[in-house]
Parts: sequence; structure tokens; C-alpha cells
Amino acid sequence: MAYPAGCKYTKEHEWISVIGLAGTVGITDYAQSSLGDIVFVELPKVGDAVEAGKIFGSVESVKAVSDLYSPVSGTVTAVNEDLKDAPEKVNADANNTWMLKLDLKDKAELDTLLSAADYEKFVSEETGH
Amino acid sequence: MSETTATLRKTALNAAHRAHKAKMVDFGGWDMPVEYSGLVSEHMAVRTGVGLFDVSHMGDIQFRGPGSLAAIQRLCMNDASKLAVGQAHYSAMLQPDGTFVDDVVVHKLSDNDYLIVINAGTREKDIQWVRKQVGHMPGVHISDYSDHYTQLAIQGPKAAETLAKLTDADLSTIKNYWFTWGKMCGLYNVMIARTGYTGEDGFEIYIPSDEPTSARVWNEVLGAGAEFGIVPCGLGSRNTLRLESAMALYGHEISDTINVFEAGLGRYAKLDLAAKGDFVGRDALVAVEDAGGPKRKLVGLEMIERGIGRDGYSVCTVGGEKIGEITSGSPAPFLKKNIALAYVPAQYAGIDEVVAVEIRGQLVKAKVVPTPFYKKPKKSL
Repeated sequence: MAYPAGCKYTKEHEWISVIGLAGTVGITDYAQSSLGDIVFVELPKVGDAVEAGKIFGSVESVKAVSDLYSPVSGTVTAVNEDLKDAPEKVNADANNTWMLKLDLKDKAELDTLLSAADYEKFVSEETGH
Repeated sequence: MSETTATLRKTALNAAHRAHKAKMVDFGGWDMPVEYSGLVSEHMAVRTGVGLFDVSHMGDIQFRGPGSLAAIQRLCMNDASKLAVGQAHYSAMLQPDGTFVDDVVVHKLSDNDYLIVINAGTREKDIQWVRKQVGHMPGVHISDYSDHYTQLAIQGPKAAETLAKLTDADLSTIKNYWFTWGKMCGLYNVMIARTGYTGEDGFEIYIPSDEPTSARVWNEVLGAGAEFGIVPCGLGSRNTLRLESAMALYGHEISDTINVFEAGLGRYAKLDLAAKGDFVGRDALVAVEDAGGPKRKLVGLEMIERGIGRDGYSVCTVGGEKIGEITSGSPAPFLKKNIALAYVPAQYAGIDEVVAVEIRGQLVKAKVVPTPFYKKPKKSL
């Protein structure tokens, strides 16, 4: 299971990639694998404010519903409308299926997030192997 | 997590599940596969082809001796005197107040010999209940054989063709809810029952629970079903399959706070004293019937607005007043709808009644629909 080194990660299994102040957010391969077949992704609206560590939406698989936590604070600039009709894209390629784009409020918040290596270690501890 | 794993009970097929890369979960104290390739593909395999489940965590209690029938009749609500040798039926053990100890399938093995199959999570409670209620009755010997059998469920429209390749038993003569004994995978006198929990045609087989035999038969079934696209199936698809078929699950639709009539299972309770005799819970059911039936009912719901009602979510009037609760809710992979079973007051139980499900603070509309949600197509001749 590979986690791109250019991204930062949350302990709630979201990834964020940042260029300048523009962030792109999705969920990790571990998250999609744990959830199983994803059937529903609920996202905020463009212009909504999101806050680091707070719920911004939810993702539902056949067997479970899971909240989405924003890695950073900011303003939503785009949501992935494709996921309305094709939420299974997240299962097929979680690393490259974005959910949300946002303008970061404070780049320093990124320092509180996990690196790819730290996230991989965190996941292996969480699963116990 | 590693500490709790050590205390989980395992079936003889645990290593086989892990070899198939199953995702394992704690299910009522059992380390069981929830899915292998994916819940939806497993669900679809059972609806359109064939799937294989390890259901060895289910319990098995055998009654032997001339007092067996009397003990079963005292213990369970259905009328076991109607069973022929080789026949099984759905039944339940009840509390004195007409609620459920567990639902069971009673198999008549011979005139003085019955096997009841019970749920995994209630095994210890059930065996204690059985001994307390009927252990004193004359001429009955009760044995807990739960750990003696590996129980496999082969389910789907291609189940019979799959199994036929492995057994000398004539499966075409076994009707739904009947069973036989046959040679299977080189094992003699394997009990083969045309039963299941998926709403599809299929069989449940009972083989010795040692690991090499269990793994060998498991692999031979997968080999025999390969041409039909057989897949190993986990408890995830087992749950969505039974939900589409509106079959009750203990701890959800039935429990020790829900009575038989509320659960809509009155047709399995034989209250005619002259025909069946008394049984534990009968008086309470007669009282419910005399009072004009249950005040709340189990209904099928289909979401008509976007959202998925899940276990434990509140059911409300469209105005937002709470009137009940969902017992099982999920997307239905075959029907491609979001469905649920829920308890609501009888006045809201009519077909097409529109209610609302509270989903994370939002009221999302649903309507009452007939159950089962899914019915297997009739075979065309």
C-alpha cells in the first residue's frame, strides 16, 4: 500500500496535497479499503468554510458510514461532482480521486499533519501488523 | 487490538479465510470474515451465480430419545409434530413474555432425534436455556454439538449444480427446507440441507470440524463452483442478502424485548393448544392476540430521498416526531435501493405510508414497502 510522499496525512485517514495555498483533499487507500464498496460521498458546497480537525462531510460504504475530517482550515473552492454518480472511483484509486479543493487559511497547520512515512507507520500500528 | 484477537473464537477455516485475504472482524466474539473480494461482488455472485459461506460459528443442539419431540414442542413455537424425517422448519425459543431467546431451525433426523441450529452470539445462553426449560423432561438426552461441525452454506442459483459435482446425493429430490445424507468429497453420511439465509436457492452442509477436512471441502467446493464464478462470501454480504430477503437477525429484528407478533413471525407460532400443546411463551402470545394484535410492527422501508438509513437510526413522522427505530438498514446491492427494516406504531405500518429517517440531524423521507424487498425469480419450466 503506497502513500504518495508529496502529500500530508491525518490520523482520520485523509490526504492533502498543497501547491502554494491551494489544497486538494481525498481519503487514503487504507480508508477506502477499510470501508469497502463506497456508495455515497457527501461534500460541502463551494464557498463553505472548513476547519482543521472538524467534520466536512461523510463517506458511506455498503456496510458503514464514516465522517470526513478536514486536514486544514480554509474555504472550499471546488468539490468533485463526479463522485455523486460514481462514488466507486474512490475505491478504484483513492490516491488520485480528490474530494475537495480549498484555499488554505494558515499553511502552518500542515506541520501538525503526518508525513507519508509516519502515516504508513500509524496505519500499521492501528491494524496490528 | 492484538490482545482482544487472542480471545476471539475461530472456526476451523480461519487460516483458509486469511489465505483468501479476507477482512476479519469480531462478530459476537468470533473472528470471522466480513468480506474477501468485496461485499457487493459477493452479494451479486449469490444472486446471479453461487457463493460459499463459512457459517461454522452457528450452534447445533441435538435432542435424542423418545422424549425429544415433547421437549422440542415445549421449547419452540412451531409445531414439530408436523415434521417428517428429513424435513426442517423455522422456529424460535421464546421467553415466557413471548419475546425471543433465539430463532432456530429444527431438523427432524429420525423419530426420536432432532437437531436445532442456533445463532452464534447466543450459543451459551441458548444451551443453558434449553437445559433449564426441558433438561428435566423424561426420555431426552441433550447434546451441544456446536464445535463438532463445520457448517458451509453454498448459496445461489448455481448452488445445486456446484454441489452436484461433489456428492452422490440426488439433490433434485430435496425440496426447500428438506435435507438428506450423502457422500460428499469422500466423506460418508454428510448432512445436506436445502436451507440458507440469503433468499436464494442453496444448501447448508455439515461436515466434521477438524481443520484438514474443513479446508479440503472448502477448497473442493470453490473448485467445483469455479465454472459458475463462485466466490467465498463474508458476513457483510450474508447480512445484505438476508436484509433484501427481509429475514430476521437476532439482536436486530428479534430480541428479548420484541415479541413474535411485532416481528411479523406469527405464522410460525402454533397457538392451537389441542394440536401442539403448551410451550414457553404461548400464554403471552395468546394475550397479545386477545388484545387485538401488536401495538408496533416491523415494516420494510425504502428511502425515497437521498440517504441511507442504518441500524439504530430514528424513524420519525414527516413532521419530525420520533415514532420508531431502524433495526437493520443498508444499501441493497442487487436492488440498488436504500432499504431498512424498522419498528413503527401499527398506525404507520400501512404500505406507501411516508415517514422520515433521521440521518445525522436531517429528516430524509422513506416509504413503507412490502417485504421481502427481494424475491427470487420463479424457475421457468
